[in-house]
Amino acid sequence: MGEFMMENRIILAIESSCDETAAAIIRNGSEIVSNVVASQIESHKRFGGVVPEIASRHHVEQITVVIEEALAQANMKPDDLDAVAVTEGPGLVGALLIGINAAKAFAFANNLPIVGVHHIAGHIYANALVQPMEFPLLALVVSGGHTELVYMKEHGSFEVIGETRDDAAGEAYDKVARVLGLPYPGGPRIDKLAHEGEEAVSFPRVWLEEDSYDFSFSGLKSAVINYKHNMDQRGEEICPTAVAKGFQESVVEVLTAKTLRAAREYKVKQVIAAGGVAANKGLRTSLDTVFAEENIPFFVPPLKMCTDNAAMIGAAATPMFEAGIRGNLSMNGRPGMELKSWV
Amino acid sequence: MIWLGIETANAPLSIAVIRDGKVIAEIVQNIKLTHSAGAMPAIEEVLAKAGIKPGELDAIAVSEGPGSYTGVRIGVTLAKTLAWTLKKPLVGISSLKALAANAALYDGFICPVFDARRGNVYTAVYKGCELETIIEDYHDHIDGLLVRLQALEAPILFVGADVDVFWHKIVEVLGDYAQRTPFSNDLPRASETVRLATKVELPSVDAVHHFVPQYKRIAEAEANWLKEQKEKAHE
Ligand SMILES: Nc1ncnc2c1ncn2[C@@H]1O[C@H](COP(=O)(O)OP(=O)(O)OP(=O)(O)O)[C@@H](O)[C@H]1O
Ligand SMILES: [Mg+2]
Repeated sequence: MGEFMMENRIILAIESSCDETAAAIIRNGSEIVSNVVASQIESHKRFGGVVPEIASRHHVEQITVVIEEALAQANMKPDDLDAVAVTEGPGLVGALLIGINAAKAFAFANNLPIVGVHHIAGHIYANALVQPMEFPLLALVVSGGHTELVYMKEHGSFEVIGETRDDAAGEAYDKVARVLGLPYPGGPRIDKLAHEGEEAVSFPRVWLEEDSYDFSFSGLKSAVINYKHNMDQRGEEICPTAVAKGFQESVVEVLTAKTLRAAREYKVKQVIAAGGVAANKGLRTSLDTVFAEENIPFFVPPLKMCTDNAAMIGAAATPMFEAGIRGNLSMNGRPGMELKSWV
Repeated sequence: MIWLGIETANAPLSIAVIRDGKVIAEIVQNIKLTHSAGAMPAIEEVLAKAGIKPGELDAIAVSEGPGSYTGVRIGVTLAKTLAWTLKKPLVGISSLKALAANAALYDGFICPVFDARRGNVYTAVYKGCELETIIEDYHDHIDGLLVRLQALEAPILFVGADVDVFWHKIVEVLGDYAQRTPFSNDLPRASETVRLATKVELPSVDAVHHFVPQYKRIAEAEANWLKEQKEKAHE
């Protein structure tokens, strides 16, 4: 059946790969018992992006507070837990190893097993917190550092069938936002502007080779920069809502079309979206519409499950734990970790 | 009273278990192994050798910096998490003072040095067996430090594995006043961290959440940002 057997499995999960210090308690891989996220966005804003050293400093300040809060909200003690899960990679190395060392110390002190989770597996498994995953499945992962189409035959099986060759979708959003003079993080702001716009500036769609599931967003980003530059030279004002709308239309059209083509070719039973950019209203609506027409169930987690959190790490860790996968006390941060199948 | 001492502030690693003022087991090493991978297994090993379970610890002492940002954070994260989940008090000890403690039989000025790259050091000056603070822990260019040391007009005992990097220059400026500990005293010992920790009043268990490393330096991005703000204010 591909489904794993469990009875009241309780996992404490910790995530610190970028700029959120997070801890959560997950029951049976599907139920959020508690979910705590300490965001650092405000501290990084003035720098226009995440500063790794500052992120690491905040993680050390917050880590025990966040874990305690997750236990308190769940009304649980370490004794109630079956395992500790933590993001092992990819991410900022200095940030990752705060969560990892806290997880190791906690696991050691309380005699619990530890499971190291891939951050993108976490983003995908955020969906398991909403409804059971049905296989074969296609996941569109669109985040600050990744843009990938991942085919899953069963739990723990990941085949990356397409990925970005340059910028990630979220990265493109953040860079275009900077061109428009919007504060960090730019994604949600562009999304908002795009919906306020009536007109759209027309920007190119980058399809690459006809049969490719890969993506490329750097050309689109350059097109926006050039457009702004040309308008500046002519002394004309750009219309931010029209630029945002045009940019978003290009991103959404390419993401939707490639996801649809892959879903057909791989004959999947379910399509899911994951990662920060999956919070995008334009993308959600577009995917919803095409997959409703196509009669393939499409799901996307609620907004706060799309950006970094520990609940998703606990969701991914549960089937790993059931499969007998264990880390040990020498676990280290793996900034460039690859998404590998565990079955 | 059983203490666990944790020292990961720079390249050397040291973990110690002390029971009633006696060292039961200690690791002191200076090999190329990242603390992120090596420190936790070392804690497990030392506790196992000492035959002590985590729950039997009464207090934890950690070298709180300054030093390598990442190194300091690993020790502090391990110490904080252990102290918090075991509900035991956590004492932070200056990593410079803990190193100077290796030379605390010397009745004069003791100068511990950590290489902070590009000619910079984390350093301090302590005096005598009681390690009285003469110059507080800080970050400086080696040249700046040597100017301050010259003004002391007395012999100074340098301690630390990183003294090598600056020794030539130190002798050039201080001449006969420059002295070094034997190499066997150059690595920090977690037992000294614990010994210093036993002299301070134990903080409450609730204070663990607020424990932070002592970097003695603001992050580079923050320094640049402050500089920009100043320049803007001038314009
Ligand atoms: N509504 C939105 N529309 C477009 N982009 C958005 C929206 N909300 C968030 N984003 C983008 O999502 C990204 C953050 O997502 P996420 O937190 O998943 O990425 P990350 O954790 O930094 O990267 P990764 O998960 O790849 O390591 C940012 O680039 C942000 O601009
Ligand atoms: Mg993420």
